[in-house]
Amino acid sequence: MNNNLQQQHDRTMVRVQQGLDRRYRQEKRFQRIGLGAIILGLVFVSFLFISIIANGYTAFQQTYVKIDVNFDPEMIAPIGETDQEVLSKANYGGLVKKTLRDMFPEVTNRREKKVLYSLVSTGASFQLRDMVMQDPALIGTQQSVWVLADDDVDMLIKGHIDLNVPESDRRIKNNQMAWIQSLQAEDRIEKRFNTIFFSAGDSREPELSGIKGAVHGSFFTLMICLLISFPVGVAAAVYLEEFAPKNRWTDIIEVNINNLAAVPSIVFGLLGLAVFINFFGLPRSVPLVGGLVLALMTLPTIIIASRAALKSVPPSIREAALGVGASPMQTITHHVLPLAMPGMLTGTIIGMAQALGETAPLLMIGMVAFIVDIPGGPFDPSAVLPVQIYLWADSPERAFVERTSAAIMVLLAFLISMNLLAVWLRKKFERRW
Amino acid sequence: MKKLISAAVALSLTGFVGMASARDYISVVGSSTVYPFATVVAEQFGKTTKFKTPKIESTGSGGGLKLFCAGVGVEHPDITNASRRIKKSEVDRCAGNGINDIIEVKVGYDGIALANSKAAPRFSVSRKDIFLALAKEVPDPKDPASGKLVANPYQTWKDVNKDLPDMAIEVLGPPPTSGTRDAFAELAMEGGCKKIDWIKAMKKKDKKMYKSVCHTVREDGKYIEAGENDNLIVQKLEANKGALGVFGYSFLDQNSDKVQGSLVDGVAPTFELIADGSYPVSRPLYFYVKKAHMGKIPGIEEYLAEFTSDKAWGDDGYLADKGLIPMPTEERKAFKSDVDSKTSLKL
Repeated sequence: MNNNLQQQHDRTMVRVQQGLDRRYRQEKRFQRIGLGAIILGLVFVSFLFISIIANGYTAFQQTYVKIDVNFDPEMIAPIGETDQEVLSKANYGGLVKKTLRDMFPEVTNRREKKVLYSLVSTGASFQLRDMVMQDPALIGTQQSVWVLADDDVDMLIKGHIDLNVPESDRRIKNNQMAWIQSLQAEDRIEKRFNTIFFSAGDSREPELSGIKGAVHGSFFTLMICLLISFPVGVAAAVYLEEFAPKNRWTDIIEVNINNLAAVPSIVFGLLGLAVFINFFGLPRSVPLVGGLVLALMTLPTIIIASRAALKSVPPSIREAALGVGASPMQTITHHVLPLAMPGMLTGTIIGMAQALGETAPLLMIGMVAFIVDIPGGPFDPSAVLPVQIYLWADSPERAFVERTSAAIMVLLAFLISMNLLAVWLRKKFERRW
Repeated sequence: MKKLISAAVALSLTGFVGMASARDYISVVGSSTVYPFATVVAEQFGKTTKFKTPKIESTGSGGGLKLFCAGVGVEHPDITNASRRIKKSEVDRCAGNGINDIIEVKVGYDGIALANSKAAPRFSVSRKDIFLALAKEVPDPKDPASGKLVANPYQTWKDVNKDLPDMAIEVLGPPPTSGTRDAFAELAMEGGCKKIDWIKAMKKKDKKMYKSVCHTVREDGKYIEAGENDNLIVQKLEANKGALGVFGYSFLDQNSDKVQGSLVDGVAPTFELIADGSYPVSRPLYFYVKKAHMGKIPGIEEYLAEFTSDKAWGDDGYLADKGLIPMPTEERKAFKSDVDSKTSLKL
């Protein structure tokens, strides 16, 4: 009998032993699959970052050309003229052209001249105009001025143009190449930090375009969005969590808030178009409407995060406050809300970051538009950062490729810093019970 | 507290509506094909005059005309760009909303290129080849004159025309919402479709059927809708040597080191050949101005003057540098005088 039991036990051990290896292997495989998933994710993220940075870092530099401008009184205005009206009307385009002709006197053919003029940006004439208007004493003098190079020249200097393809297929022709080389030999070409990218609005000339207008637009839009969605979201969360009776109606509301969080953002754009623009008659393309639409979109996120934050405040706090005679409102405003605030703020910041990157609903309300002037308030037409990226990605000029990536980098920097702020807030103020 | 909040809401709403009643910049909507040209003019206009830079939205030709025809007043756009002519139905819709006077301005021409990577040999196709390769239904290859349509059986260009290379048909192009697609269907596909006599005869008997035969693009994966972003198509062509792409001339012009335009009916898509009308797949571009807004919104007259000046749309103007094909001098003169005298469109 005893022997029999022993035998049975041995058999079980053998079987366990046999299966053990297989189970270890399975576990290892399971772990490896998980690790593999993480590595794959990291590879994709790093690929994204590397390709964006590799494409975009050159956009932070801009090529300048030094030209010797003779501020000829005959071409601008008599010496001593200070009337801004007269000074602004002068033919500065002609002045730039004449300067280039003087620098390359061998160019006489009309077609070649046209190519020569395209060495510098069309922005050069406005630069000269601003110089003269600021200091009319320049008239009649000879000055060396660094002006913006044309986008094709900029691309060549940055090495984005392949010189091995036949001349007819290149944006930079052989004669342009020769002029550029002679300018380089005289140290008249240099790359500088691209301040225009941060100080200008949109432009159809890549070398004159910047993200300031879009950044301002994003700022006003987010401000409106925050001012509306944060108070409304917190109020809704407090009511639902602390005051609302538990019945069928509140259940329906809760389900619908969760559903709203999953509604595609373009739907909010359509709603905004119908309500704010068509019904209330608000103007198209303004941050005010953009902010309202994005507020609708972020509200569910904020409500859900705020309710979770309120839920995590232990009931003992409320009971203690009520126990020493505080009214329900005092309990909430003095104790529950301050304790839940870090969680609410984290949810709000994440909602805002989501709103910052949103394009689809803004398509519907006309914020995908070419806007040069930098908006001064929420009632001025403006674009936002992701829209600017979308518009540049669709532009034919080669130089917009790097600017698109550079704008993406700026947007990512904003998003990452907002998320870091959320993490920091959580770490600093979070309380464990 | 409650009263205060409701008062604030009411106040802010009236404030918003009040805002809409003033606008000191021109609002332009419409075609994404005209967008790159209109924006250049707008920027020049903003920099050289005392007026604000016009706001330009890219909504597509149809979407733009819909917004444009919605009514008179500051909340409606002043100008709409279109990559096709306004339709009778749209003029009627405008008239129904109180817009009776519209000024039509033709801007110039745009060629639609069928291009492939420089690494592959250059294509030379006829419009009939394009139709046979891309239509959903084509005449039965076994008996083309029978008047019977079958689902497009062609797999390679060589199947379509034995002179073409033995390459699988793969064309990247814009989706149906795009004006470029409309124009491509009308000019290239219908142009080829007309070459088949019995289909041409159908036009008189059953116009609807004729249109659906000629304009419907196959949906079996040989024509790939690549979105409205033409830059993306250029990038995809670079990566995929066997594919052809359909996009506007300005993109071909800017990327001539990467892609080459195919000959259509033996004609290459170059600036000169599109301008003189010999390249068959080219279309006029327009914009339409609401006359009732002139004098109300500051700067419309001046914007029109800038657009129709020789330094903008002339043979050597800055629009030509951006890839617009200018109109012949006579035609430019005619449209300029229409603009100057504010002559309304009559269809």
